[in-house]
Amino acid sequence: MIELHPSREFKLSIIADCISPDVFQGKTVPEVQALKVWEGNKQKTLGDLFKIVESNSEDKAETITVINGNVSKLKRIGSRMKKGEIVIRGDVGMHLGVEMRGGKITVFGNAGGWAGSMMSNGTIEIHGNAGDYLASPYRGSTSGIRGGKIIVHGNAGSEAGACMKAGLIKILGSGGQFVGLRMHDGTIYVKQNCDSRAGACMVGGKIVVSGSIESVLPSFTIDAVKKKVKIEEGEEAEGPFYLFLGDLAENGNGKLYVSKTNNPDLSSYEKFL
Amino acid sequence: MELLVKNGFIYDPLNGIDGQRMDIAVRNGRIVQEVNERKAKKVDASGMVVMPGGVDIHTHVAGSEVNTGRLLRPEDHFKDVESKTLVTRSGVGHSIPSTFTTGYRYARMGYTTIMNPSMPPLEAKHTHEELNDTPMLDKGTYPLLGDWWFVLEYLAAGDINECARHVAWLMDATKGYAIKIVNPGGVEAWGFGHNVTSINDQVPNFCITPRDIIRGLCQVNKLLNLPHTIHVHTNNLGKPGNYVTALETMKCVEDLATETKPIIHITHCQFSAFKGDDWKTLESGAEPIAGYVNNHSHVTLDMGQVIFGDTTTMTADGPFQYGLYGLTGHKWVNHDVETETSAGIVPFRYRRKSYVHAVQWSIGLELALLIRDSWKIFMTTDHPNAGPFTAYPRIIAWLMSKKARDATMKRLNRRAQSKSLLPSIDRELSFFEIATVTRAGQAKALGLRNKGHLGVGADADIAVYNVNPETTDPSSKYREIRKAFRRAAFTIKDGRIVVKDGVVLKQVDGRTMWVDVQVERPKEISGDLKKRFKEYWTVEYENYPVEDDCLRASQPITAQASV
Repeated sequence: MIELHPSREFKLSIIADCISPDVFQGKTVPEVQALKVWEGNKQKTLGDLFKIVESNSEDKAETITVINGNVSKLKRIGSRMKKGEIVIRGDVGMHLGVEMRGGKITVFGNAGGWAGSMMSNGTIEIHGNAGDYLASPYRGSTSGIRGGKIIVHGNAGSEAGACMKAGLIKILGSGGQFVGLRMHDGTIYVKQNCDSRAGACMVGGKIVVSGSIESVLPSFTIDAVKKKVKIEEGEEAEGPFYLFLGDLAENGNGKLYVSKTNNPDLSSYEKFL
Repeated sequence: MELLVKNGFIYDPLNGIDGQRMDIAVRNGRIVQEVNERKAKKVDASGMVVMPGGVDIHTHVAGSEVNTGRLLRPEDHFKDVESKTLVTRSGVGHSIPSTFTTGYRYARMGYTTIMNPSMPPLEAKHTHEELNDTPMLDKGTYPLLGDWWFVLEYLAAGDINECARHVAWLMDATKGYAIKIVNPGGVEAWGFGHNVTSINDQVPNFCITPRDIIRGLCQVNKLLNLPHTIHVHTNNLGKPGNYVTALETMKCVEDLATETKPIIHITHCQFSAFKGDDWKTLESGAEPIAGYVNNHSHVTLDMGQVIFGDTTTMTADGPFQYGLYGLTGHKWVNHDVETETSAGIVPFRYRRKSYVHAVQWSIGLELALLIRDSWKIFMTTDHPNAGPFTAYPRIIAWLMSKKARDATMKRLNRRAQSKSLLPSIDRELSFFEIATVTRAGQAKALGLRNKGHLGVGADADIAVYNVNPETTDPSSKYREIRKAFRRAAFTIKDGRIVVKDGVVLKQVDGRTMWVDVQVERPKEISGDLKKRFKEYWTVEYENYPVEDDCLRASQPITAQASV
């Protein structure tokens, strides 16, 4: 297990692609210290920024990386990781686990924007809030996540799960605007309230909102009332839910489930059933 | 400064030199008979291939369209980043690299001259600004004239001479190099939501057909004695069954040909060589086109070879691009350039497993291999429409090695494999023919007297590739060929070594070539023209022409017109 302790407070953004169990594996502490990162426009080594300790706990020791402290200025931690585990005890910056292909990242704090962007497998668990563009692709790109699982215990910002192709996003707090923008497939579950424009331009997949929703887009049409909805294997959200289909502006066939109990204002839709 | 490129295997098709070992002497940016061997700086090219600097006849690298493409596609940039070095600037972009990066990447492959097609005359200033910032290369650009209102009006009235004077004025006003025609008539019709479907359709609002436009501008081209032929992007581009249109387009100017000189260039012909009734029955139309071209000398083509992967399509053919948006559902841009032309941009991914894309890949290579005379077909990807220009080394490997083609073919869509003609074609191009399709032929077609060859008096644009033609068999060792052409051992621009082993040593500015047409009686700028500008353009006539000082290094090429 390799532990990183920030040796000072970071003021400038740091591009830290190299913080990943795949990179650390098989390296000694001095080798890890020598890894290059960019702080602002200066190239530094990891040893300049962190106190790095290797502690030998028993199982899977090699593949666990722990960061103790606030690293909200660090971007691209766990980029392209395939295996192993990263535990961050503090806030973390943008692009956490970008293009992740496996393994697990746990954050005991808040995460910046684009967490889990373009991932294809693996798990990210954020115990605080997630920023905007959770699991959304890079600006302009349509390559949304193709698998994996993201659990946010707090709230998420805008455009969570944009262009999503597969996988599961669970937001146990509230969701921002444009949840599931342009999504193709997969599941997004928002346990509490959700801001407006959920599922805009979606063509497939499933969005479940258990709390109240600001509004449902006019390009969605009501289809049924369901008692419960499956979130993943062994987990169901208890309803009843209104089931909307859309986004018809894109000839879409996505499913938007909205809690009936928490959205009495949507009862007027029932006359179309 | 004197320079001596020693001991290389010279491939100089325009002078008929096929792999002889010779020295090339350079003085003051020109190739000369000999230099003082002791004083001259020496470039050791022993065991290497020496060719004239590469010439690209058709590559969209500058202008408002390319720039809009850059804006549209941040995701194209972030995966392909070049850091700055002591001599080069930083840049980004895979299919639409930033201007400086474009220049460096071309130079690294040994290219020294490029032509930017499809410049809406209205955007000429913007295009030249970007060309100024594209270093390492000499360049030119073709104004779009096939749907220019004045041209259509003159041609409808049958006044070829007046049309020629007008085009001469426009060449000067836009600092253009050749007449570019894109989907003649169709682009004009697109302004009103229509298109034309054959070269005999009527263009709405003008009493004229695409055939009249192509023939008219071909005559204008001859009257003005422009160095290049008309550069035509055919009607019905990218539609199944369009090889008939391509053939008709070539045939319609057949009677205008004199001697054996080409008078029409069909660009990115791969996109115009589709057989079949719809996408499901699509087949290659390369054979009939190659058959026609083999028997006629008035036409040249370029490939528009498809490269699998992500790219950005951009043409002035608005209706085609709109159709492409319909096919892909991707983000898109479509633009009507006032009274001149239109434009469209759609990101696109060519997939190996797609039947249509695999057939397209095959068509490009079939054209290049079935056309026996390599002076008639040139290597392009219609950058970035069929793929980025950085893939040229891969195409060279495909052309030189059947094994390379088979290796790629194996990974393609099964049905496309079974329908392709390629497995039955054994032809493999030699270094001499590669030098023809990548530089000499293109320079000849463009009428560039000092480019594309290594004879005395030519510009000292030289590319040296680290591959030994005596010991390397391109047919089996295609990977070495690819590697050698990807990173030139030396690129020499105007007698200066600018690239060594694929690394840019020096940033140099290239010149912008344009045609200065000398007409006997220049076009009178009538009040009517100015009035039209006031009524129909967002730009006043006075602000319209590109002034000489807009070009950082201007190189006018004089053409003596006979009007």
